[in-house]
Amino acid sequence: MSERILETLKSRFGSAIFETHSQFGDDTAVVDPAKWHEIMTFCRTELECDMLTDLCGVDYPEREPRLEVVAHLYSIAKRHHVRLKARIGDRELEGDVEIDSVANIWPTANWLERETFDMFGIKFKGHPDLRRLLMYPEFVGHPLRKDYPAQKTQPLIEYRTEEEAGLPLDKQLPFGPDEGMSFGRKEFTSGEGEAS
Amino acid sequence: MEPIDLELEEGELELPAEPMHLNMGPSHPAMHGTVRIVLELTGETITKADVQIGYLHRGFEKMCERGTWAQVFPYADRLNYVSPMLNNVGYALAVEKLCGIEVPERCMWYRMALGELARISDHLTCTGAMAMELGAFTPFLWFIKAREMLWDIMEEETGARLTHSFGRIGGMASPPTANFKAMCREALPKLIGLMEEGEKMLLKNRIFIDRLENVGNISGADAIGLGWTGPCLRASGVPYDVRKAHPYLKYDEVEFDVPVGTRGDNLDRFLVRLAEIRQTRRIIEQVLERMPDEGPVSVDDPRVMLPEKKDVYTTIEGTIQHFKLIMEGAKVPKGEVYSYTEGGNGELGFYLVSDGSGTPHRVRIRPPCFTITQGLQKLITNSMLSDIVPTFGSLNMIGGECDH
Repeated sequence: MSERILETLKSRFGSAIFETHSQFGDDTAVVDPAKWHEIMTFCRTELECDMLTDLCGVDYPEREPRLEVVAHLYSIAKRHHVRLKARIGDRELEGDVEIDSVANIWPTANWLERETFDMFGIKFKGHPDLRRLLMYPEFVGHPLRKDYPAQKTQPLIEYRTEEEAGLPLDKQLPFGPDEGMSFGRKEFTSGEGEAS
Repeated sequence: MEPIDLELEEGELELPAEPMHLNMGPSHPAMHGTVRIVLELTGETITKADVQIGYLHRGFEKMCERGTWAQVFPYADRLNYVSPMLNNVGYALAVEKLCGIEVPERCMWYRMALGELARISDHLTCTGAMAMELGAFTPFLWFIKAREMLWDIMEEETGARLTHSFGRIGGMASPPTANFKAMCREALPKLIGLMEEGEKMLLKNRIFIDRLENVGNISGADAIGLGWTGPCLRASGVPYDVRKAHPYLKYDEVEFDVPVGTRGDNLDRFLVRLAEIRQTRRIIEQVLERMPDEGPVSVDDPRVMLPEKKDVYTTIEGTIQHFKLIMEGAKVPKGEVYSYTEGGNGELGFYLVSDGSGTPHRVRIRPPCFTITQGLQKLITNSMLSDIVPTFGSLNMIGGECDH
């Protein structure tokens, strides 16, 4: 059943399917971002994937197409899942990182794409209303990219200084640089990182 | 009585009409979990609505990338804070799928029992809050009294009423207490009694029914297109339940029905939730029947499980194992997985990416309310302003989950 989906996709799109795997039983296909919309339409109509369960981004700072858009599709009638991924953006993420919007296939993609835009800065071409969803409009940057520091804050109203308050303020940022698990955590800096 | 403006021309009577803009929320008693809806009204009819979320955004996914795999459990608790156990179990199952671990049978039953108790608590809160927002305060108190019984059981089992952090990779924090089964068996009939009492008060109330019936209708196809899952989708007549369609734990071994609605209106969503509480009771009774009283609840796998405290204090192996697991975290094999369970509101998915280290590379949560809240705009456009309250209540939007 599951292998069949990947076979269908491969025979239909050929070289636009870069790689496939079925790790843990999740059928996954990495597809050409230029054919993203076409392949998704095919999944909707031919494979009967009527539900776009999830759409999100993943940042791999050490890879060359750095960002990955991951979509999980599900067919209620046929009970199959398929995961499609497209890799976009160069290492420095210069210029617009773009991919086609699928909001005209599934209405649910509207917010999911807005969230992905908000968190990763991926622009969805043809999206009806691409605004930030979770963060506020004044926010600068895209927080889920690995080079966005977790301890950074962007308060809309500046913190009080000790002079203004007239008393010593032990104001601490939510995350200190020395907080957390120093062994377990990896530091990512823009553009460079460990090769996997 | 004669109208006084008989002699006036018709045109003179017309007042300039322009749409009125109204902000509802983010601090509004009916907007549980801080949501803002920007409305454009003509009279009392909503012509445009823009639902804005994110007021409870805490950077859950970013925080998960900073700690170890086990440190995600407290965050998972705070996603859907009405049924934290379901989130705990959902996340534990996802990591176990990635590690290739299968928990012992006793643990599976235990997770099901606790999860279903949490599901009742979720549905009771939603239906109760919905009634309260429509002015029926007494049924809300009944429902909350029933929920209190569940939380007493949870407190006895886990030590916390709300944020349990009870799941572990490869098991649970501790085995069921000696009188867990007795407590459940005692509480369940009482709880159903209270629920039925409240239900009678509501379903024979004309005002309540009128405000729910045929308000906020959505067809099954539209609901699927919007990515709805859980009770809201089933109220539209689509019998999709992860527990039936893709059974996990031992759900394929228990008998239960999936209640579905017909019209997909607010009343259907209300009734589906109440019907699910009854089905959940059936599940819990079967689970209690079949859960073994003896046996381990956690896998015997030193890669993920902490050693016993007596070993930590007396042996060097135990100390090192404990140190490594706490400081570096359990090493999860490289790979990616999407694991999904039936949460209180629908399909709760975790998409995990591991780079082989003790820290997650990416923890993506697929919260069921996120897509459901997206549908609110469609439901309330062209309806009356006062319909927002029951419609929004019936969707059971949980801020912590929706806003990540």
